[in-house]
Amino acid sequence: MENLWQSWVLLVPANQLSCTSSVVWIRPQAENIFDNKDISKLSDNELADIRMKKIGFVFQSFNLLPRATVLRNVMLPLVYAGISKEERENQAREALRGATLPEDFWNHYSNQLSGGMMQRVAIARALVNNPMLVLADEPTGNLDTKTGEMVLDTFQRLHQEQGRTIVLITHEPYVAEHAERIINIRDGSIVEDGKVKNRRVINNHNHNAK
Amino acid sequence: MKVQDIFQETYNALSANKARSGLTILGIVIGIGSVIAMVSIGQGASGQIQSSIEGLGSNLLTVMPGVIQPGRGIVSSGRGSAQTLKNEDIEVLRQISGVAYISPEVQRRFQIVAGGNNTNSTIIGVEPDYAPVRNISPGAGSFITEAQVRSLGRVAVLGPTVAQDLFGEGNDPVGKTIRINRVNFKVIGVLQSKGSAGFFNPDDTVFVPLTTMQKILVGDDSLSTIAISVQSKDLMPQVQEEATAMLIAKHRVDPQSPDFSIVSQADILGTLTQVTDTFTIFLAAVAGISLIVGGIGIMNMMLTTVTERTREIGLRKAIGAKKKDISMQFLAEAVALTFLGGAAGVALGWTISFLVTSFTGLVTQVSLQAVILAFGVSAAIGIIFGYYPARRAASLNPIEALRYE
Repeated sequence: MENLWQSWVLLVPANQLSCTSSVVWIRPQAENIFDNKDISKLSDNELADIRMKKIGFVFQSFNLLPRATVLRNVMLPLVYAGISKEERENQAREALRGATLPEDFWNHYSNQLSGGMMQRVAIARALVNNPMLVLADEPTGNLDTKTGEMVLDTFQRLHQEQGRTIVLITHEPYVAEHAERIINIRDGSIVEDGKVKNRRVINNHNHNAK
Repeated sequence: MKVQDIFQETYNALSANKARSGLTILGIVIGIGSVIAMVSIGQGASGQIQSSIEGLGSNLLTVMPGVIQPGRGIVSSGRGSAQTLKNEDIEVLRQISGVAYISPEVQRRFQIVAGGNNTNSTIIGVEPDYAPVRNISPGAGSFITEAQVRSLGRVAVLGPTVAQDLFGEGNDPVGKTIRINRVNFKVIGVLQSKGSAGFFNPDDTVFVPLTTMQKILVGDDSLSTIAISVQSKDLMPQVQEEATAMLIAKHRVDPQSPDFSIVSQADILGTLTQVTDTFTIFLAAVAGISLIVGGIGIMNMMLTTVTERTREIGLRKAIGAKKKDISMQFLAEAVALTFLGGAAGVALGWTISFLVTSFTGLVTQVSLQAVILAFGVSAAIGIIFGYYPARRAASLNPIEALRYE
């Protein structure tokens, strides 16, 4: 993880999705260094701590709590971090602004939102702990191209404006071209690793557009 | 995870599926409610028996003719038929220290006639000490006096039931004449109502002087009972022992098989409370089964919930929830269900026992002990039946859980 301040993409075949996240979540077989620690030797609780403090997750299917408001969804990681109520709300608001979700929707229930909005709530939830790494597992897979672009725009802005490291897993070359670096994985091994030449940058930073 | 957050999560989870939570709680409500109601009925019965036995007189020893077979209780001994207790036994018993009053009694049933009415009732020949020993007092007129005993007075004191049977309600029988076994007696008093006590109802009784009873009505000098009132509770075993020894010496009988028996109030109470305790345990056990069924309902619901919320659990773990957080959350849900059920169940049980009292007249007694026990049991059920689902939730692999369909 020497080159932290980068936005890069793992391009993997569909059946190997989320292999990267597996490495972090369950006890990995081989030696894995993350943040100068060998995570293969950590206990369940220590792994949970890493997930809580250092990594934010964005999923293909959003995984929001359906009967909870947007704010409560975003605050959820802070509940487990043991942060006080007022502080939680401040951090959640900041993360929601960072994920460019219009403020009118913050008190809506998460199942009342459109797919693109839900994914931005999920991104805000991933950011709320100020993680050193955001792992996104096919975040645009369930979205149409236009909403998908909105999500990709959010990621790009987070990288450019806040300097976040984002690892995005996808099997669509089009999505991958929004990143700075692409690592192409096939059958579990890296076949290509390089900078993106014609990087797609979405300049349409219109926050309130659907 | 803070305690208030656990409360918040529990509230959200349970209110998300109100009907299911409500039905699960209902199982516990019925279980706890029936335990409380059944135990209150049992305890009410035993409390009533206890107070009515104590109402017969305090610190009482009863000497009866005949033998009580060990282990056969006080009912089956053919007592009353033996005529081994005599008037002179009283003088012997009076010498024992610690005795407050002695009341020799002769009891027999006779036909009683007054005016056009007649009734068959128990006549007891007594001395004045009967009143303090048996804890009775006349509501009108007076009780039998020493002079009336000495002079073979033909006077009678009526129990309220007898008075009503013979003279009708509202009429004062004092001063009127009744015929017992074709002998005229003047009514000098009517007792206050006391209610039935076990096998004996003092309200349905007529009292006459002991001497009159023995010489005129019965015709011999045997006694059916001698009631001994002891000065204090601590002295009772000692007095009982001494009285046994003295009567054995007086009657010149084999100490192994005396021709009389002495029963203390504690013996009677013991036998009866044993019966009511068995009754209470039986009722509580039946109710307890419904409590267990309620607990299984909780477990069933929690297992369903864990399966339903597998993805949610996976997500929570992905964003940093530890095993402990997850298991605490699910355990808290189970305990909250039983706790709510327990509270409502106590209220229900209380209401049921109140209704039982007001509709059937059975005395019920909701004890704090039963309430605390029921609450403890319901909390324990929540923990026991919630533990397995909670552990199952906590040990889910986050990736598997997130991929769960």
